[in-house]
Amino acid sequence: MITRRNFLKNSALGLAGIALPLAAFEFIDPRKLMALEAKDGAKVRWVFLVDTYKCVGCGLCVKACKLENEVPYDSSVTRTWVERYVITRDGKFHADTPKGARDGFTTTKIDLNEGKFEDIKNGDIEKAYFVPKLCNQCENPPCVQVCPVGATYQTPDGVVLVDRTWCIGCGYCIMGCPYGVRFFHPVYHTAEKCNFCYHRITKGMKTACVQACPFGARRIGNIKDPGDPVTKIIMTERVGVLKEEYGTKPQVFYIGLDKEVR
Amino acid sequence: MLAHGELWTVKELFVYPNEFIYWSVQIVMYPFMTGLVAGAFVLSSLYHVFGIKQLKDMARFALVFSFALLFVAPLPIMLHLQFPFRGIKVFMTPHFTSAIAAFGVVFFSYGAIVASELWFLYRKHFVEVSLSLRDKQDKTLPEQLRYLLFCTLTLGVYDIGEEALHRDEKAIRSLAGLGIPVACFLHGYAGFIFGSVKANALWMTPLMPVIFIMSAVVSGIALCMLSYIIVMEIRKLLLSRKRSASPMLRSTEEIKGVELNVIRMTGRYLLFFLVAAISLELLDLIFRGYTAVKSWDVLRSVIYGKDFIDIFVLQYGVGNLIPLILFLIPGLTIRRAVLGVALVLFGVFMMRWNVVIGGQAFSLSFAGYMHYHLPVIPHNWETFKEGLFGAVGIFILPFALFWGMSKVFPVFPEAGHE
Repeated sequence: MITRRNFLKNSALGLAGIALPLAAFEFIDPRKLMALEAKDGAKVRWVFLVDTYKCVGCGLCVKACKLENEVPYDSSVTRTWVERYVITRDGKFHADTPKGARDGFTTTKIDLNEGKFEDIKNGDIEKAYFVPKLCNQCENPPCVQVCPVGATYQTPDGVVLVDRTWCIGCGYCIMGCPYGVRFFHPVYHTAEKCNFCYHRITKGMKTACVQACPFGARRIGNIKDPGDPVTKIIMTERVGVLKEEYGTKPQVFYIGLDKEVR
Repeated sequence: MLAHGELWTVKELFVYPNEFIYWSVQIVMYPFMTGLVAGAFVLSSLYHVFGIKQLKDMARFALVFSFALLFVAPLPIMLHLQFPFRGIKVFMTPHFTSAIAAFGVVFFSYGAIVASELWFLYRKHFVEVSLSLRDKQDKTLPEQLRYLLFCTLTLGVYDIGEEALHRDEKAIRSLAGLGIPVACFLHGYAGFIFGSVKANALWMTPLMPVIFIMSAVVSGIALCMLSYIIVMEIRKLLLSRKRSASPMLRSTEEIKGVELNVIRMTGRYLLFFLVAAISLELLDLIFRGYTAVKSWDVLRSVIYGKDFIDIFVLQYGVGNLIPLILFLIPGLTIRRAVLGVALVLFGVFMMRWNVVIGGQAFSLSFAGYMHYHLPVIPHNWETFKEGLFGAVGIFILPFALFWGMSKVFPVFPEAGHE
């Protein structure tokens, strides 16, 4: 006979029984395991891989980044952006990034700023490509070096973060970055930059931009894991980095980097 | 929503989306003001350390002025910070790989040196004033306060005997001697803040600290000369009024003679440092053009194109060449000196401007430019503090402080005390 007491007891047991295997399943989630290891600098070093051949300049990554990281959507500053390069027959190079390519490239005209545009005929174009940009999470980050109060720092797994409660807003880190990835957050007024979506990658998720890219042009990986597909590509294929001459040891690697890329 | 810097930055051609003129007019004022501090101190030390007698009058004046300027030197940075009240963290949790973190150490050690030198220099005065007030019966409230202030300033030491004063002089000499390298460090280090930014093609040069020190001394001497002339002119004016009452006082002609003598002597030192500063700046320019590394194309287009008027006409022409000629023509007059030092001050200001603003006139992409439009009429707090009004306020403040300080530290020997 089912008494109320027995019913409650059995229901509780049944629920616990269902929940247990789920919890056990999650416990062995490899992504989470990897994220746990991430705190150990000896095992994890986050790197980024950009395949410029795959980028079509749709700007979905920029859009996703702004929404994910609460950078005001209509402000001109952005943690990541996409640049368009057009090299014409006369050898001249043209480049632009209207609104950081938040809305993609909606016109073939090159944005010269100050409200001016340059129309380039299709027949004159020798080559053209898109280059996504984000923080290089340098191994030797000048922004960390120049911060007078230590508000920006490097984690053991290689990502450079900013402590919003400690930043005094002097702008020295913005001046110190050769890649121009830093800016003042329009709302918090502290230094702001891409942090590889640290809140996501440490939970085993991908960065917002990687997830948003429909073409697989952006990938994140752990260079210390030889089995990581990103590591394999970096180790076996020809990749380049931006502005090597500054000695910052950037950790965003590019496939198909052209000499014209700034 | 506008990002910081967007208000006064106009972009041209290919510029990264996050690039703006982040370091604006207050960062121009910062090296300008610390330069004046260091320069004024070096000028005063010329007398105390090297015993250049002709500069005796100027030495006291310059030291007090340097002290007044010292209080103003950190203010431009405070006005520039996004969080001015967090500025204290630079002293509390300094991150010593950063050049700015050393500011606390350098600033306070320099401040301590100037303050103690001032104390030794004016100790006799403090004792005399407090003793004369102590004996006075029925003190009024201002006199009571003055008595308290001067009693405190003596720090309880009332010995002004021959031997004690002699020891004071020795202390002054060694403090002034120690102060010269520290003053140079204070300002050379401001140059280092810029010179060590490897991301900035215009700033990165080991010459930057030395260039900054030279132009600092130039501007400090120029400001002291200008203020000295102004104060002397006011004294002459006051004296000519008083003289009609008591003809025993010094005549205006006498003062004029002293004034011209001091100005001519100081002018010689100004000339020396001016030549050194110009030579170093030209060396930097020639070296950049000769080596022509990757950044030279964009730098050339800024230096010889976009900023040509600012650099070659205003800084080198009006600010350096014309004063150089004015001081080189023999028979320097007060009027010519005023024009010369005013132009020198303007020239040094333009040099700071061309370094700070000029260094941000081109994009990190080396394929675009940024133009700075100084906010004149403020319409919010940001455009006030980082605009014309903020900058002018910073420039005026030391004069007001100097006026206040000269009540406690009289810069000229009083009548009958010479």
